[in-house]
Amino acid sequence: MPSTLPLGDPAPSNGLLPGQATDGVADRAFGLYVHIPFCAVRCGYCDFNTYTATELGGGASQDAYAATASSEVVFAAKVLAESGLPQRKLGTVFFGGGTPTLLPAHDLAMILRTAIGQWGLEEGAEVTTEANPDSVTPESLAVLREAGFTRVSFGMQSAVPHVLKVLDRTHTPSRVPQVVRWAREAGLDVSLDLIYGTPGESLADWRHSLETALSYEPDHISAYALIVEDGTKLAAQIRRGEVPGIDDDDHADKYELADQLITEAGLGWYEVSNWARTPEHACRHNLAYWRGDDWWGIGPGAHSHVGGVRWWNVKHPTAYAGRLAQGLSPAAGRETLDQETRNVERVLLEVRLRSGLDIPTLSPAGRHEVAGLIADGLVDPAAAFRGKLVLTLQGRLLADAVVRRVLPD
Amino acid sequence: MSPMARTAPVPAATDPAIIRNFCIIAHIDHGKSTLADRMLQSTGVVQARDMKAQYLDRMDIERERGITIKSQAVRMPWEVDGVSYALNMIDTPGHVDFTYEVSRSLAACEGAVLLVDAAQGIEAQTLANLYLAMENDLTIIPVLNKIDLPAAQPEKYAAELANLIGGDPEDVLLVSGKTGVGVEALLDKIVTDLPAPVGNADAPARAMIFDSVYDTYRGVVTYVRVVDGMLHPRERIQMMSTRASHELLEIGVSSPEPTPSKGLGVGEVGYLITGVKDVRQSKVGDTVTNLAKPASKSLSGYADPKPMVFSGLYPLDGTDYPVLRDALDKLKLNDAALIYEPETSAALGFGFRVGFLGLLHLEIVRERLEREFNLDLISTAPNVVYEVTLEDKSVLTVTNPSEFPAGKIKEVREPMVSATILAPNEFVGAIMELCQGRRGQMKGMDYLSEDRVELRYWIPLAEIVFDFFDILKSKTRGYASLDWKADGEQVADLVKVDILLQGEQVDAFSAITHKDKAYAYGVMMTGKLRELIPRQQFEVPIQAAIGSRIIARESIRAIRKDVLAKCYGGDISRKRKLLEKQKEGKKRMKMVGRVEVPQEAFIAALTTDESKDKAKK
Repeated sequence: MPSTLPLGDPAPSNGLLPGQATDGVADRAFGLYVHIPFCAVRCGYCDFNTYTATELGGGASQDAYAATASSEVVFAAKVLAESGLPQRKLGTVFFGGGTPTLLPAHDLAMILRTAIGQWGLEEGAEVTTEANPDSVTPESLAVLREAGFTRVSFGMQSAVPHVLKVLDRTHTPSRVPQVVRWAREAGLDVSLDLIYGTPGESLADWRHSLETALSYEPDHISAYALIVEDGTKLAAQIRRGEVPGIDDDDHADKYELADQLITEAGLGWYEVSNWARTPEHACRHNLAYWRGDDWWGIGPGAHSHVGGVRWWNVKHPTAYAGRLAQGLSPAAGRETLDQETRNVERVLLEVRLRSGLDIPTLSPAGRHEVAGLIADGLVDPAAAFRGKLVLTLQGRLLADAVVRRVLPD
Repeated sequence: MSPMARTAPVPAATDPAIIRNFCIIAHIDHGKSTLADRMLQSTGVVQARDMKAQYLDRMDIERERGITIKSQAVRMPWEVDGVSYALNMIDTPGHVDFTYEVSRSLAACEGAVLLVDAAQGIEAQTLANLYLAMENDLTIIPVLNKIDLPAAQPEKYAAELANLIGGDPEDVLLVSGKTGVGVEALLDKIVTDLPAPVGNADAPARAMIFDSVYDTYRGVVTYVRVVDGMLHPRERIQMMSTRASHELLEIGVSSPEPTPSKGLGVGEVGYLITGVKDVRQSKVGDTVTNLAKPASKSLSGYADPKPMVFSGLYPLDGTDYPVLRDALDKLKLNDAALIYEPETSAALGFGFRVGFLGLLHLEIVRERLEREFNLDLISTAPNVVYEVTLEDKSVLTVTNPSEFPAGKIKEVREPMVSATILAPNEFVGAIMELCQGRRGQMKGMDYLSEDRVELRYWIPLAEIVFDFFDILKSKTRGYASLDWKADGEQVADLVKVDILLQGEQVDAFSAITHKDKAYAYGVMMTGKLRELIPRQQFEVPIQAAIGSRIIARESIRAIRKDVLAKCYGGDISRKRKLLEKQKEGKKRMKMVGRVEVPQEAFIAALTTDESKDKAKK
């Protein structure tokens, strides 16, 4: 998640949720996100909430982190129950970072075990961890599988050394096939994360990365255009002219190439930046974000959403640990969305999905735009006849523009 | 040297023989206002402690730009050989746009001080005003100012002046408005050299209006020079051009603050207050007479001000339209030459087509609207007035390019000017090239001195209204000066070039140009817009067309990517806020068909590079 927190209302120290959080809860899945705020090295493009120091004091050190995070899990279960939400089993769990696998596998297993203890796991639940190719071993992967993890998402990013260097990624490309094989042997589904549009990356470089990734036959691929966030080292390098800037047309070319090669390899898109071998291999945890389901985010800076209430934790691990040690909510702020805002969010999220957006739920003015979007080649006409707004390849590249058009004032 | 006058002649009881009416003809920065200030001090009408720099220039813009827009008259006593004289100094506008006002000021005088910077020599506008003064048979007193400057070349420029007006270089007075050197000698010379006014004291009153100023508290203050008879307070007066009559609430002289008097007699210069609120009721050049005992014939030379240059003025924020309307209504009270009518542009919304005397007038009005009324304005490229004769012999007057008829045109006439350019001779080639490129016909060329040349051209006004002066200045390293006056019209091969965005005509960018320049305009404007308009979701062709014939074409490639790659839990609030921001941004866009054009693109496209540089300074 980006490290800059939104502006919102103050969150109550007991964490209790307003009444609207329980409305319609039966229709929403429940998931858990666990943020691991540590990395061995901070990558030049990264503005996520992560720390490289191994020792942060006050329960925030890497050693103490599993215990601290577990204490928020317990706090979360109590708050949800006290806020009147029914007990729900976890449908998905996702460990992200940072670099989750920088913690010992046992630590991750412990946090998961605590969560299962509080809520239980649904039959066939999806439990994912992100991992750096450098920081897994056959043993650690076996421990994760044993604890209930079903899926691992490797931050491969690129197969081209000079691109990895600009990104400050430390792994050697040749390690990726090895860790993919280990994960398979451990019985885990495998996803690969790729980044395109890095300064200095040619179209051929990107094709090489895609072909290499596909040759490992992953179950799932995420491909993200590099976003240069303010305040990152990369932003400063571009500003100083040390590396070339970002070109949207280059991004468009590379997205089109990605969609072509990934589709040819037998995977299908299900979200703007995500492709899966079968619909069952889609990342259900991420789908929960786009479908407005409920999730609790554990960890410093983590975001949560329950029934139209969004909140986010304090950013710094030390402050986070301190709040929990006092039995207080670690939330820094929250917003309670009204119906109109929830509708705007629904449109801007569902439009990103291959399952599409229900056209009848749009305002009359929004529905009026659909014909024009079809004419402009941004929306699939066949799906539109069935009442779903589904983006074409060109439409996916212009998804934000489509959102603005179907959400007129 | 004469002493300060011990007694001042009393208005309404002053013998014309001791009156001297004069003006100062000078270029913008040649120190006229400073010299005038020094005269006020030397004659004792303003105490040193009350002196503010450029006392007579009242408006902020005038003081900042160091130029005088509106003239005023000051009465100063001065004693020579034991006789107290009344000196009326009539301040004249220094700029070409106000030639008519200058001519009326000159008509109120018997003499003129020709003031020239001793380091720069005479400039084109000064020369033009000098010729005007000589045509009016004014006695000229040549003066070189700023002789305290190290760069002053009094011998060289004294010779130049003597050459121009005839006479001896030794007769040229040397003064410094800054130090005061020579100012008293100049006052003496005004008394001794200038003729006294002549008029018939017993005839019906006739006074010429040479200026008319709106004052918030007093209404219109009218400045007059009495030619015959006498005007008294409380009597009813009549404006001879309109036959409108008013009661004379107050009459007096400025010295320099308004001082009521028992009247004004032959040769005297002063002000009238009648309570009218609009300067149009008290027009420069008109003759004032007594309603009960009117003169049979008005003084000659009256003319209505004629706008030469038109531009559309639009508020940046459409909701400011009523503010702009009220602001123009207010400015009009003090500016008889300002004319305007509402206009609607598909691209810019509601605004006004405004007529100006010239480019400086345009700039001043625009600046006053922005400064005094806090308006942000877009102004369209200035254009001149065309007479279009259609095949059916009907004639159209076109003040806005978008009204230019399509087809069936028999001929188009455009206004012409006589332009005078003065410059050091090393720039003659550059100037000739520029003027030829602007369709100018050379009418003559003279050397004022060994290295200074006067070039005379007959040139379309349209060619000089936009950026001519800026380019002239840059081609001559700032040395050239320009003057022009309206001089007839010519039939020309003119066409309207339209700019189309995705097939939709953008009225604000239409221009009337000579056929040979249409292509260049089309290429320039389409190229500029390609840079200025952000990419859209579809390709946007930009075309320049004459009628249905496309003469230039550019295209803005469609935007290909407009999506946030990652949108997970923590990104959602941020994404929503970004959307809100984008929607706000969209509100500031003007829609041309389906194309969203940012306000800034209009401003930038309508601005020349030179004026952009100016804005930066």
